Amino acid sequence: MNNLLRALMLTPAALLLATAPALAQSIDERVNEIFASSTGWFVSLIFSPFPGTNFPWIVAWLVIAATIFTVYFGLIQFRAFPHSIALVRGDYSDPNDAGEVSHFQALATALSGTVGLGNIAGVAVAVGIGGPGATFWMILAGLMGMASKFTECTLGVKYRNEYEDGTVSGGPMYYLTKGFDERGIPAGRFLAVLFSIFCILGALGGGNMFQANQAHAQISNVVGDYPGWITGLVFAAIVFAVIIGGLKSIASVTEKVVPFMGILYVLTAIVIILMNADKIGWAFGQIFEGAFTGLGIAGGFVGALIQGFKRAAFSNEAGVGSAAIAHSAVRTKEPITEGFVSLLEPFIDTVVICTMTALVIIITGQLISDPNTGLYLLNEGGTAIQTVDGNSGVALTSAAFSSAFGWFQYVLAIAVILFAFSTMISWSYYGLKAWTFLFGEGKNKEIVFKVIFCVFVIIGAAANLGPVIDFSDAAIFAMAVVNIIGLYFLMPIVKAELQSYLSRLKSGEIRKYN
Amino acid sequence: MSRKIVLGFDDSESAKSALAFASGLAKVEGADLVIAHVLEWSPYSFLTPEELEERHKRRKEELDRAEKALLGPVIEELGQQGINASTELRYGHIAETLCKIIEETSASQVVIGRTGHSSLSSRLFGSVAGSLAQASPVPVTIVP
Repeated sequence: MNNLLRALMLTPAALLLATAPALAQSIDERVNEIFASSTGWFVSLIFSPFPGTNFPWIVAWLVIAATIFTVYFGLIQFRAFPHSIALVRGDYSDPNDAGEVSHFQALATALSGTVGLGNIAGVAVAVGIGGPGATFWMILAGLMGMASKFTECTLGVKYRNEYEDGTVSGGPMYYLTKGFDERGIPAGRFLAVLFSIFCILGALGGGNMFQANQAHAQISNVVGDYPGWITGLVFAAIVFAVIIGGLKSIASVTEKVVPFMGILYVLTAIVIILMNADKIGWAFGQIFEGAFTGLGIAGGFVGALIQGFKRAAFSNEAGVGSAAIAHSAVRTKEPITEGFVSLLEPFIDTVVICTMTALVIIITGQLISDPNTGLYLLNEGGTAIQTVDGNSGVALTSAAFSSAFGWFQYVLAIAVILFAFSTMISWSYYGLKAWTFLFGEGKNKEIVFKVIFCVFVIIGAAANLGPVIDFSDAAIFAMAVVNIIGLYFLMPIVKAELQSYLSRLKSGEIRKYN
Repeated sequence: MSRKIVLGFDDSESAKSALAFASGLAKVEGADLVIAHVLEWSPYSFLTPEELEERHKRRKEELDRAEKALLGPVIEELGQQGINASTELRYGHIAETLCKIIEETSASQVVIGRTGHSSLSSRLFGSVAGSLAQASPVPVTIVP
């Protein structure tokens, strides 16, 4: 904590130092430099490896948690899967609650916050660095993550605040405070504050800068290179209009278009995979072989594993606690039902959509391998696999899709922009909830956060991918550190809810309406 | 138990004509009126996180408004005319929900205005009156 404080105090100094010699540089370069130098300490703290290895402790933290929840709840993600779908279809919804937030709506909103660049750009990063084998670990992490999501979303609904006027606020900061109090465990409030700080950073990082950054990459990929701060300004203006100007129409149009973009994306991926049907077997061969040998990638199979786990967590946010904020608004008498519904989220996000992206990149031959050894060739720095045109991130996905359909790069550009935008809107909300938890509700306080949020849109679009992605990951994973500690202490409560619900479901006390 | 007539009611002009027609009918037949107002709602629509948060509050407001501004005055007026009337205020797909109300109240017929608000959307998706005429379990009167 001391290190943290010292670094926080050093940040302004670092900003000044970095600015001085950079006057001659372009705005983009300067932003990038300042950004990289002021966030580096945080990134290395979160991603520091276990002594003597190159395995980051944070990845182990997430995977161990997901495994513990999976075991503790007896493979709940598979047992409850059919029931989850029945809940989303509204089979168990009381008709008298029509007009309230349905399970479907809570799931759709949470999904539009998570489905986004993680699925398009993040997977490309994972496969580009970790090779096809990263896909295997990504799917595994997605399946396990379902149990983490189940735990946190159940708690999110159970301990949400319902106010006089009928609005609700929920999320880790509320279950950390209220749940810990209920069980008589100290420090709940402290963890809640810590979570809120990280949530604000995560909202500004992965929920904002990473999105702006990749949206810019995608646009300049299509229309040609131009300075990032221009995209940043335009995006910031639109985000400003929505979250401060109250221009709801843009947000609701995006909310409606995003699901269709998601479906179009998956369908196109399926078509491309089917067009290369003869290579499906080979692609899965690469995925399995790469998962355990690495096929010559930097860091071997551990490298593939780290990349897969990292990008899965970043994409579906299981264990991070963000989804618990979005799911809290659902109308239900049984908090556990929202847990069931939320476990579909990592499945759709990671197991379905991310896998599609990975398969398309592999199957269209974007990654260059040595024809003699079958091992992948690395780029000059040895940091990533060589790709056909030297692409990485969203450009790699774009190249893979447009190798089959030239026009798809335009669709993808629009999809990326919309996904980026809807993720920003969702995260601006998550960040705001954390902000108001810390500083209290109030119009002026909210506007301060929203303005900061808009400024970071510009920074994100102007900075390079490397520092942005590092900081985004670090901030989001920092949320998971606090959230998962909370989940460990509160998981007996979820288990009690689960047992009570399942027995009432069996006895017929909980019945179907439709 | 006297016969029941369901009236699909909203704030449109044609709903007022339908009300006049239905109350005349109720008087002649000595039937009770069920004034049904359905707020268009799909549990499968997409909302932003802010809309989710405020949904419960908005729903309350919408129901209050419908109760006070729309249904209240009608009930009062019908009472003065000596007609027994009750109200049904629901969320859902309008035609489907009206059919449900007809079944639940065992009404013998249903009256609805030929809304015709927006001709474009009704041409694309079919008007409420049109779908009710097709789906209703009892005779339907559509009032222009």
